[in-house]
Amino acid sequence: MTATQDAPTTTATSRRTTAGRDGRRTAPYFFLAPAIVLFVVFLALPIAYAVYLSFRTEQVSGLGLGSGARTQVWTGFTNYAQALTDPEFLASVGRVALYGVIVVPTMLGLALIFALMLDSRRSRARGFSRISIFLPYAVPAVISSLLWGFLYLPDVSPFYYVFDRLGWDVPSLFSSNLVIFAVANIAVWGGVGFNMVVIYTSLKAIPTELYEAARLDGCSETRIAWRIKIPIVTPSIIMTFVFSMIATLQVFAEPTTLKPLSNTISSTWTPLMKVYRDAFIRGDLYSAAATSVIIAVATFALSFGFLHLVQSRAFGQEK
Amino acid sequence: MRLHTGFKLASTIAVTALLATACSGGEASTTGEDDQSAAGPVDLTFWTWAPNMENVVEIWNDENPDIQVTVNKQDGGDPAVTKLLTAIQAGSGAPDIMQAEYQKIPTLVSSDALADIADDVDDVDPSIAEGFPEGVWNAVTLGSDAVYAVPQDSGPMEFYYRADVFEELGLDVPTTWDEYADVARAVQEADPEKYLGTFSATDAGWFTGLAQQAGASWWGIDGDAWSVSIDSEPTRRVAEYWGGLVEEGVIDNKPMYTPEWNAALNDGSQIGWLSAVWAPGVLQGNAPDTAGLWEMAPMPQWDSAAPATGNWGGSAVAVTTQSEHPAQAAEFISWLNTSQEAVDALVSEAGIYPAYTPAQAGALSAPPEFFSNQPDFYELAGEIAQTAGSFTYGPNVNVAYSAYNDEFGRAAEARSQSEFLQAVESMQSVTFDDLESSGFNVTE
Repeated sequence: MTATQDAPTTTATSRRTTAGRDGRRTAPYFFLAPAIVLFVVFLALPIAYAVYLSFRTEQVSGLGLGSGARTQVWTGFTNYAQALTDPEFLASVGRVALYGVIVVPTMLGLALIFALMLDSRRSRARGFSRISIFLPYAVPAVISSLLWGFLYLPDVSPFYYVFDRLGWDVPSLFSSNLVIFAVANIAVWGGVGFNMVVIYTSLKAIPTELYEAARLDGCSETRIAWRIKIPIVTPSIIMTFVFSMIATLQVFAEPTTLKPLSNTISSTWTPLMKVYRDAFIRGDLYSAAATSVIIAVATFALSFGFLHLVQSRAFGQEK
Repeated sequence: MRLHTGFKLASTIAVTALLATACSGGEASTTGEDDQSAAGPVDLTFWTWAPNMENVVEIWNDENPDIQVTVNKQDGGDPAVTKLLTAIQAGSGAPDIMQAEYQKIPTLVSSDALADIADDVDDVDPSIAEGFPEGVWNAVTLGSDAVYAVPQDSGPMEFYYRADVFEELGLDVPTTWDEYADVARAVQEADPEKYLGTFSATDAGWFTGLAQQAGASWWGIDGDAWSVSIDSEPTRRVAEYWGGLVEEGVIDNKPMYTPEWNAALNDGSQIGWLSAVWAPGVLQGNAPDTAGLWEMAPMPQWDSAAPATGNWGGSAVAVTTQSEHPAQAAEFISWLNTSQEAVDALVSEAGIYPAYTPAQAGALSAPPEFFSNQPDFYELAGEIAQTAGSFTYGPNVNVAYSAYNDEFGRAAEARSQSEFLQAVESMQSVTFDDLESSGFNVTE
């Protein structure tokens, strides 16, 4: 009696526990599945495919007309070797480096100054100022480039109209020496607001007791900014620096939009423009993939290299 | 953040491929049912960017219940080609019928995107070729026995000028390039703010038309090899001529189609434009204040005894290799581009200049609205169109055109005649090297 009653109970219990254990083992995967699927389909696979393409090339035979004239073959590192020795690519890298030297310090400097000014006790109309400095960030790069492009063209620009009236001979910003500033200006205009908000937010997180103590010790507002505010927000500045550096390496929309307005922006003006030209104008996805991989690796190397370099200094206290 | 923009290219391709596969999966199952013998109607899709094309297609759909065509609007020539090539690479997702600019046809044929419809077109109308100017027909056959498309519109180049300003300054319409240079100088002398024209380094098709007029044909088929002859006497002559004018400062060096250029056309700082037969529409849009002030004349000539012109723009309609009904598609595109009713509708709805000569007279009875002051506009245009020389495009026109933008951009900015000639050399070597490194048989 007891035995017969016991037997099914045990089986039931053990079955329940097995089911429970199985469920516990699979449950995390069930919850992770959407993220994993999205990651694989939209990130890992395309990256793997791009890397695969970068080692391939298309060989045409004869006139290349009709079906079967094109075959895809392995090519090893040829695409990489070509990209790294291409004078146009190297020139675009040099150009972007110079562009970065202009844009990043200007943008972050302005962002820091605006953030400190907004945070200072004497500032007025803070909400309005914050919004109006931030607003350009909300304008898509293509639109802002079109707007600025109109302002750069001497014959339709109100600025040049005024310069003309004043008798000043201002050179066109599209001339070959100045065009890099024309592009940089758009990036600075669009980027200052975002970086300012990041720095301003971390300024707001500083406990006010620090300021009170400093003021009691007779510290001026400027000294408070130099000695207290800037050192405390350094991690934010470093973060915005890394973001700005990455954005610099990937500058594409502004010069591409300005290109038809001028003679001075070539189709390989920046590395990404070269990728675009190779892929969609020349129809050579393979070397475009190789150049993309090079740019991605360089971006990672620069970002992590820089973070590693400044880590001990900036984040030392957090360790 | 924007960390992965470098890979967006790849992901876009992958996603497009996936979507294309998904879409065509559905298509294949429906089109699979109605094979030739079945009675059900054939459904064809048509990628085009011509305005109001759906109204023209509606005429066909009403008359042909068995062959129904659906118009799918594209952004323009370049994006449509990019999309089509992606679909061809993916193996599915291409339309049945595709509008393609003439200079894109060799690229598309080389990517196996366009079907040879010689037999199908022959079934519809064996004498169809005779209705097109030789140069235009050559662009869709690539000089072979195959027919890759049926021409739709063409863009014979002409000289547009502000008749009122010419009269005011006491200038004669230039008939040769020497006279054009003299007029350009006279205009500058009379008013340094005014230019007779501009050298645009952003419009490769424009320069190609000028080179064509001078007698150039940048590519050629030589047995089973391509030849590239950009750096040839006619092109060098054109580059030297324009480089001289730009260096002298009597011709502007700014690109066309910028807000600045539009304003200059409208306010009379640009008083001439070497353009094509579709110019009235552009002028109407860009320089609305100058209605009735423009006139059109033949291009200035190199040799006035042998008048010639080039083509700028124009497109044909092709059947893709993925179409399951090439015969029906060919029947439709023959009707669209050669029947009087369709050509009439194309002119009135889409505002094109039809390439099919027999249908022109009926469709182009009145001058364009913006040129109502020139009643014989289309008569003159028709005569000019007959003088267009033959020009062969190669399989890497895009490479040559982007080289044009870069090289001539630099030369125009430098305002130096020697750099214009240097630019021609660079275009030649870039284009030749690209063909060679892709594995094409190619001779210089």
